[in-house]
Amino acid sequence: MPQSDRASLWNAVSARGNLSGRTLSGAGASITLGDLVRGSCLGGRAGELRGRSVLLSIRDQFAAALALIELDGVARRLVLCPSDLPVEHLPLVIDSAGVDAIVSDQTQTGPDVPNVGCSLPCSPELVPARDDRSAEHQTEWILLTSGTTGQPKLVVHTLATLAGAIDSGSTESSQAVWSTFYDIRRYGGLQIFLRAVLTGASMVLSAAEESTTDFLIRAGAHQVTHISGTPSHWRRALMNPSAHRIAPQNVRLSGEIADQTILSHLRSFYPQARIVHAFASTEAGVAFEVTDGLAGFPASVIEANAQVEMKVEDGSLRIRSTRIARRYLGRQAEPLSGADGFVDTGDMLVLRGDRYYFVGRRDGVINVGGLKVHPEEVEAIINRHPLVRMSLVRTRKNPITGALVVADVVLKTAAATGNGDAAKLEQEILQFCRGPLPRHKVPAAIRFVSDLPVATTGKMVRQPCVTSS
Amino acid sequence: MSIRSEIITQFNQVAKEQDKRLATLADDLELLDSGLDSLCVAIIVSRLEDVLGIEPFSTAEDTAFPVTVGEFIKFYENAAK
Repeated sequence: MPQSDRASLWNAVSARGNLSGRTLSGAGASITLGDLVRGSCLGGRAGELRGRSVLLSIRDQFAAALALIELDGVARRLVLCPSDLPVEHLPLVIDSAGVDAIVSDQTQTGPDVPNVGCSLPCSPELVPARDDRSAEHQTEWILLTSGTTGQPKLVVHTLATLAGAIDSGSTESSQAVWSTFYDIRRYGGLQIFLRAVLTGASMVLSAAEESTTDFLIRAGAHQVTHISGTPSHWRRALMNPSAHRIAPQNVRLSGEIADQTILSHLRSFYPQARIVHAFASTEAGVAFEVTDGLAGFPASVIEANAQVEMKVEDGSLRIRSTRIARRYLGRQAEPLSGADGFVDTGDMLVLRGDRYYFVGRRDGVINVGGLKVHPEEVEAIINRHPLVRMSLVRTRKNPITGALVVADVVLKTAAATGNGDAAKLEQEILQFCRGPLPRHKVPAAIRFVSDLPVATTGKMVRQPCVTSS
Repeated sequence: MSIRSEIITQFNQVAKEQDKRLATLADDLELLDSGLDSLCVAIIVSRLEDVLGIEPFSTAEDTAFPVTVGEFIKFYENAAK
């Protein structure tokens, strides 16, 4: 496909000749790609958003997908809010991205959503589109990731950086039926969505309110051929009786470290499938995929990739390519890449033999089943307990959620854990945490220790990765 | 304590801590129908590793992942052999 057809997503879909039988399916609605390019999910009012910075605050992934196709190339900026974005972060996002229009599928935006002047409803029910669909802008796509302070970071992409790894000329891919456990407002899910749309293929979207069982049944009914998720998504899927409902040809893992066990289980559960694990991040883009079915990746990958330059420095993977994000957005945004143009992924590697293996994150953010936890916020709560002197919250590897939160606690007096009272006190501190903290942030276990290591900087020594073993 | 009774103890303990209503445990009960969500199962797996010293999800490459309570128990019993 010539590059001009990628002037916008809508151009790309329209330029596809044969779209018969190609559908985009959500939990509650489905549409053919042919109907999609002729319709509007914005009541035919997309023209009002031309040149604006538009916040997409859309609960339903299906409606969000329609809005992305309708507004790419029309809006100056599209801010993709995942449905679980806490409302208290909205003012920062709106300010940082200079938002001057909001598209929402909620009938009432509520008092928490600031009034930015222009607001349009969005509906999965299409009306005929009559307005001019020409692409006028190279729209900036703003993806949100959790920063180290817990506030979202705004990452700027364009269709070109996002779609850099997608070969839309491949004949195999247009026959595919794509799906993903991810929300398409997250980088991993967005990659799959763009792959489907740019190759003119069908896609089955997941939905936040839908159970894994129902999603698998629906994906099976649509005869999904390519499906992606994190290793934790896949472990949960394999423990679900409906895992047999799908028979994919291609199973993809990304977003977390894929260990040998999950790769081997997927291989035996879906013997017909090609099992691929990929490295990608919101900032660094899609870097490489591993197709040999083994954990880690061959050291030669670092040197051998024509499109993506990679290096390992201070133990972490650095990436430079045309797929990396443009920059961070905001008043105090830091540079996204170093002076040499490489993005530090913060993902730590060790070399064993001729393979590299990921060992964890440098910044210590704990990822509990896709929900990020900053150790410091949990420590702050534990430290409020009257018997606690200090605490260190760390990650513990877990096959179901990827990681769990655990805590090492130093008490003011050691006597409190004597005479078998430790278990009782552990329960008491955990109960103390359950009030202010959401469930995934409450430690799964507490270990009482006599001291915690403090470095010469005066900071507690945080290991980049502490595993259960 | 046997592996079976340890697992059942943890199911009950975690359900209580997480304020979940645990279904009557039986070998053919699907984990999905037990009343425990994935975070609960994650915590159970973590606690069992402390108590039993095994974590079969990362080591058992030749046994299918458990779908029912009975399979979950068997998964651990096999890994302990």
